[in-house]
Amino acid sequence: MMWRVGTVVALQDETATARTITLKVPDWPGHIAGQHVDVRLTASDGYSAVRSYSIASAPNAEKRVELTVERLPNGEVSPYLTQELAVGDRLELRGPIGGWFVWRTQQTEPIQLIAGGSGIVPLMAMIRSRASTGSTAPFRLLYSVREPGAVFYRDDLLALSDCYNKVSLTYAYTRIPPKDWRRPPGRIDGALIADVTWPSNLAPTCYVCGPTPFVESAVGFLSASGNSSDKIRTERFGPTGDRK
Amino acid sequence: MGIISRGFSGRRSAADAKLPPGQYLTTDFPVLSAGPTPHIPLDQWEFVIDDGTNVLRRWDWKSFRDLPTETFTVDLHCVTRWSKLGTSWEGVSVDTMLADVKTDASYAMARSYGDYTTNLPLKDLRNGQAWIAFRFDNKDLAPEHGGPARLLVPHLYLWKSAKWVKGLTLMSHDKPGFWESLGYHIYGDPWREQRYSGDE
Amino acid sequence: MNSHTYDYDYIDGNAAAGELSNIFAMDVTVAEGQCAHCGATKRFAEAHLYMQAPGVVARCAVCEHVLLRFVKAGQRAFLDLRGMTCLILDTSQLQEC
Repeated sequence: MMWRVGTVVALQDETATARTITLKVPDWPGHIAGQHVDVRLTASDGYSAVRSYSIASAPNAEKRVELTVERLPNGEVSPYLTQELAVGDRLELRGPIGGWFVWRTQQTEPIQLIAGGSGIVPLMAMIRSRASTGSTAPFRLLYSVREPGAVFYRDDLLALSDCYNKVSLTYAYTRIPPKDWRRPPGRIDGALIADVTWPSNLAPTCYVCGPTPFVESAVGFLSASGNSSDKIRTERFGPTGDRK
Repeated sequence: MGIISRGFSGRRSAADAKLPPGQYLTTDFPVLSAGPTPHIPLDQWEFVIDDGTNVLRRWDWKSFRDLPTETFTVDLHCVTRWSKLGTSWEGVSVDTMLADVKTDASYAMARSYGDYTTNLPLKDLRNGQAWIAFRFDNKDLAPEHGGPARLLVPHLYLWKSAKWVKGLTLMSHDKPGFWESLGYHIYGDPWREQRYSGDE
Repeated sequence: MNSHTYDYDYIDGNAAAGELSNIFAMDVTVAEGQCAHCGATKRFAEAHLYMQAPGVVARCAVCEHVLLRFVKAGQRAFLDLRGMTCLILDTSQLQEC
């Protein structure tokens, strides 16, 4: 798989610490929602660092690839991508990568998406892909974040959850919920899963993405409520949420 | 080499230090691991020196901690190119552990909780070159850095300093350990840049 | 009885796909692999991946034994597949070149 060069054409802050980078990649072969790219940065002395980022954008005809990057406190690459990178800069990327954690527009079965923090990124690509093709596959999203300021794509999610053919959206806040939020702050649990996810007898395909401990926990609850393991697909970002 | 990323320099410090070839200076302490981090309760920890057939010496945590210890400051060089200078440790010299061990063996395989192994010439474990270290930076060694105790052999690349060490198997012939059997150098001297098998 | 506990600081097989794409012409994340130690057969995407290392180590999600190891050593790459009895790849999933 070869390295391609993309040019930064837009930058958009999602939160205080996360930014979406829009790249134009002239020889982009296209991608499927859920896939990721490897990004390589090279210093002038040849030192290089490679990190994986999920593609946030739906497949499109404009050779456009959007990545949403969260700045990690001790990161080596994320501070550069979220603070230094400017419109007009070039980035090397390899991909698209991954054929397992993907949603194809031909799928018609109910889809359950569960996101932990920055795990929303590949799931957003799936939601956007569904919207851009007019698919009516039933989608539910359970999006777990620390507090409201940590939500990515808030406006997009609002629009897509409040329209004809909407995605059913439930937020879960682990630290600080909004005022008057009905559910007390805390991690997702079996009761929430049973309450807001597709009943397992509908045989949904489930996509769970986020830090490893979050994914393991969510998968445990999905299994406990009757979803079989071959209907659950996961993508783990590691203990801190960084892919590498 | 890829295209140069404007303004990117990575996590390296531009200090004017004497480093082995191809290394970069780091001020943090990266955690590298080939498997899950074990947590060994101290009442179950033991360190065994054997020859592949017979146990030659065995210590539990209490008898290990009764041994005389040293504090020392060394530089660490990881084959993934980061170097961390001036790290302070406390540990038992491997000379102390080998003191009553009679052997003709020339090599040792360090074995860890989990399945990690790494091989070394026995002479590189002697003469003040190696320790079983249990404190780093004035604190008990954290599990992600190899606690309760790790092997420390600073004159070789850090993959030879087996984390979560549980013993040494003495060998008459050299045998490759976990990384040595998959392309890494059998000896690993950072000053001769012996990263990979075939490097001189 | 062994009461050691472990921190499972892994990511998953998806993350190695870029590195392994230079070796496997077919998408390895979709491939199924059988663990040589416990016999569990799972998608490679579900393997426990340890990449913060001098090489890539993929472990069985069931028993944590090593499935695959991969090292890039200068001009050569080393691949150890002894931890799998077999890897079943989907020939329709050729990697983009």
